[in-house]
Amino acid sequence: MTVQTGIQPISATRRAKDRLVQALVYLAFALAVIPLVSVLWLVVKNGAGRFDMEFFTHSMRNIGARDAGGGAYHAIIGTLEQVLLASLIAVPIGLLTAVYLVEYGEGGRLSRIISFFVDVMTGVPSVVSGLFVLAFWILVLGMSFSGFAGALALSILMMPVVVRATEEMLRLVPRELREASYALGVPKWRTIVKVVLPTALPGIVTGVMLAVARVAGETAPLLLTVFVTDSINNDPFNGPQMGLPLYVFNQTILPTDVAVDRAWTGALTLILIVMLLNLVARLITWWRSPARRR
Amino acid sequence: MAKQIEVAGLDAYYGSHKAIEGISMTIEPRSVTAFIGPSGCGKSTFLRTLNRMHEVIPGARVEGKVRLEDQDLYGPEIDPVSVRRTIGMVFQRPNPFPTMSIYDNVAAGLRLNGRVSRSQLDGIVEDSLKGANLWNEVKDRLARPGAGLSGGQQQRLCIARAIAVRPQVLLMDEPCSALDPISTLAIEDLISKLKQDYTIVIVTHNMQQAARVSDRTAFFNLAAQGQPGKLVEMDETSKIFTNPAEKATEDYITGRFG
Ligand SMILES: Nc1ncnc2c1ncn2[C@@H]1O[C@H](COP(=O)(O)OP(=O)(O)OP(=O)(O)O)[C@@H](O)[C@H]1O
Ligand SMILES: [Mg+2]
Repeated sequence: MTVQTGIQPISATRRAKDRLVQALVYLAFALAVIPLVSVLWLVVKNGAGRFDMEFFTHSMRNIGARDAGGGAYHAIIGTLEQVLLASLIAVPIGLLTAVYLVEYGEGGRLSRIISFFVDVMTGVPSVVSGLFVLAFWILVLGMSFSGFAGALALSILMMPVVVRATEEMLRLVPRELREASYALGVPKWRTIVKVVLPTALPGIVTGVMLAVARVAGETAPLLLTVFVTDSINNDPFNGPQMGLPLYVFNQTILPTDVAVDRAWTGALTLILIVMLLNLVARLITWWRSPARRR
Repeated sequence: MAKQIEVAGLDAYYGSHKAIEGISMTIEPRSVTAFIGPSGCGKSTFLRTLNRMHEVIPGARVEGKVRLEDQDLYGPEIDPVSVRRTIGMVFQRPNPFPTMSIYDNVAAGLRLNGRVSRSQLDGIVEDSLKGANLWNEVKDRLARPGAGLSGGQQQRLCIARAIAVRPQVLLMDEPCSALDPISTLAIEDLISKLKQDYTIVIVTHNMQQAARVSDRTAFFNLAAQGQPGKLVEMDETSKIFTNPAEKATEDYITGRFG
């Protein structure tokens, strides 16, 4: 083969390769999107039937498996409270852990141990976190089934996700920014609070929202910790609550069409709640960013 | 406001690697001191030991003495944070805070250090931006992000940010290396203006720049790759550039190596 030099037109084989790879990438994208779109479409189509006022204002109290009507008000309240409580527990702990690992740990022994346990926690199956709370909180400490117990189980699942996402984002903040702040005579902790965290904020919010989305759909840990109820219970600290995933699960196993319709609408509601939370979080970060004024 | 710096027998390490060795010099107040020397000879390292920025790198440490007038900067009771507040720094690459507006960037040092009233802050921000020759270009868009400026403007923003905290000494590590000739000129003018109030140290690879802006020049060199960098000589800039005492200095300045 002779080596050609100089500026030449793109060869036909390279052009063909380019086309081929481009086609493959589009194909892979389409394949990845098909399940997503079909799930969304199915949920919207089947969930639209019961997407009515009654669904969002009523519980399932005194509604039998065969009865039409009823709603998921109690489950929506439950899910919102449980996810909020779980976030209140997991996000601060996760954030602080990540800050320690990135800013203070410096590859020391303690930070390696913490890092190892975070990895272990990432691998904990959701049902195990539910079992842990059941065994420890409810059986050993004698607490009752409650939304809070469910939030504890969910927070165990959230924490490693928050830690890993935050850690990654903090590592992306360039050294020069920290040094710029130190050079102004700003102490390290203030540099972290005022410079590092705000710079990493959009990424951290994305990570937290992923964690929220992950736990909002968890069924198994809730089954073991918040139990199940058909009635409205606004108090997450006392007595059984409901959650949307539990509601969907409960309605699907009933043998009637009305129940299955309710399950679809429950699933649709869950997706909408996660989307809405995401949107709100993004609006907040956008509101705080200087890009708004650009 | 400006103060004299005195360095005696200073060594700096990165882990076990000794980057500079046995540096002693006096940096005069209200003047510009230039550091020149080949790449890797430890100019940046030395500059960063002067305001205790060296030690923020994991594993880095310093031996020897640095005195600001009568205070030992490495004394056991000295707070490194207060040292950095007194001795400001401008970096080679402009590094404005990306989440902050132009105004907030300049105000950052004051805001992050404690309470200042809004009207006071407005005044300081305006003065600092004027001091950095940037006011006219940005006065109508103070609320826009600092990262949206051109490279030269960003560097002057960083200078404004550094002088807003009213330091006594200003260290500049190749502040013009990423800039066009016009921005460079603007910054050189600025340096000449600032030296009336501050002690200024500037690292530069540009001989003409050193000759233009500095009163005294220090030449650093290293004996061989992997050896620590040392101070070869330091004198009046005119003397260094016309009649240096050392052969190595002359070779470097006339472009025979480095
Ligand atoms: N963060 C670091 N970790 C380890 N070694 C470093 C670090 N920074 C610099 N060094 C080493 O210290 C020595 C001096 O580097 P320094 O950056 O001070 O040189 P310099 O004179 O500023 O060079 P230049 O003109 O290229 O900026 C070099 O051998 C370099 O490899
Ligand atoms: Mg350098």
